[in-house]
Amino acid sequence: MAQMAKKNEPPSLTTLCWCFAVIGIQSFGSGMSAWIRREVVDRRGWIDDPAFAAGLALSQISPGASGVNLAVFIGATLRGWSGALATFSGMMLPPIAIALAAGAAWAAARNNAMLDTALNGMGSAAVGLILANGLRLMRRNIRDVPGALVLAGTTLAVGVLHLGLLPVLAVALPVSLALNWKR
Amino acid sequence: MFETIFQLLILFGGLSLLAFGGGIAVIPDMQRAAVDVHQWMTAQQFLDIFALSRALPGPGSLIVVLIGQKAAGIAGAAAAALGMYGPACLLVFFTARAWHRARERAWRRIAERALGPIAVGLTFASGLVLAEGSEHDLASWGITIAATLLLTLTEINPVPVLLGGAAIALVAG
Repeated sequence: MAQMAKKNEPPSLTTLCWCFAVIGIQSFGSGMSAWIRREVVDRRGWIDDPAFAAGLALSQISPGASGVNLAVFIGATLRGWSGALATFSGMMLPPIAIALAAGAAWAAARNNAMLDTALNGMGSAAVGLILANGLRLMRRNIRDVPGALVLAGTTLAVGVLHLGLLPVLAVALPVSLALNWKR
Repeated sequence: MFETIFQLLILFGGLSLLAFGGGIAVIPDMQRAAVDVHQWMTAQQFLDIFALSRALPGPGSLIVVLIGQKAAGIAGAAAAALGMYGPACLLVFFTARAWHRARERAWRRIAERALGPIAVGLTFASGLVLAEGSEHDLASWGITIAATLLLTLTEINPVPVLLGGAAIALVAG
């Protein structure tokens, strides 16, 4: 990651803003981090996978909307203050404008049943987008049995048992750090 | 009017800092505040706004813009967005800078290896929680699994996959 950052020029602010505008417009539901990874890691190579996963974890751990946090994190990593502003405004302003227009339209006319069904189907596919992102991240971030155990424990605790994020992290973080300490 | 805008700012500023694990976690608190406490809308209207926010492009947390708009128009929407994203983004900005400065340090390599599995676990967990929250029936799971396989095994663009999900739901329903 360090070598890569030295070799490659960081992207221009316009490129950053445009890239995240495309991400913001394309992402539906909650698959934001999947879209960001696809653009920033796979297609443009600005950040490698371990660095992305760490940024993703820090964005998820920080309070607030994790996709928005991740955009700010990546902007700040690549270009500091102005980079964070570029990724945030690129990703947020077009969807906010669309939301305001949709909100006004909704106030005028309510959803019908067919629209609800279509939205549900779209939501189901969006869950697949999130799970696929998890599978792709797994390939390059899970290298050994301890890593797999931390992954399984975190998924179970938050996704199945619905334990709060804070108590789960209070256990998972020290355990994962201890497992990686000597290597 | 000014009172409502102030309430929106305080409400979402506070909730955003409690929203560990993404905006979905504080949806129940948002509903209680918007419907019961401040009475900006009915419970049914809140449900409509929630469905709408899931269908719109952008992060799911954009629901705060719709709540703000319903409560106090454009100014309300701006106040809600400022409250929701301002403090949280500042926090993550300083985290990112500190992280970036430590890029040559040995502890960052260790932390990176330690955080990787946690990020993957939280990603799977958010998928599972969302599926549960949207009352996933058999057809919905079929769509979810098909989308997961397609997006993992091929380099297909996700937009047609999302639209395909909508089309299959319409045909199956």
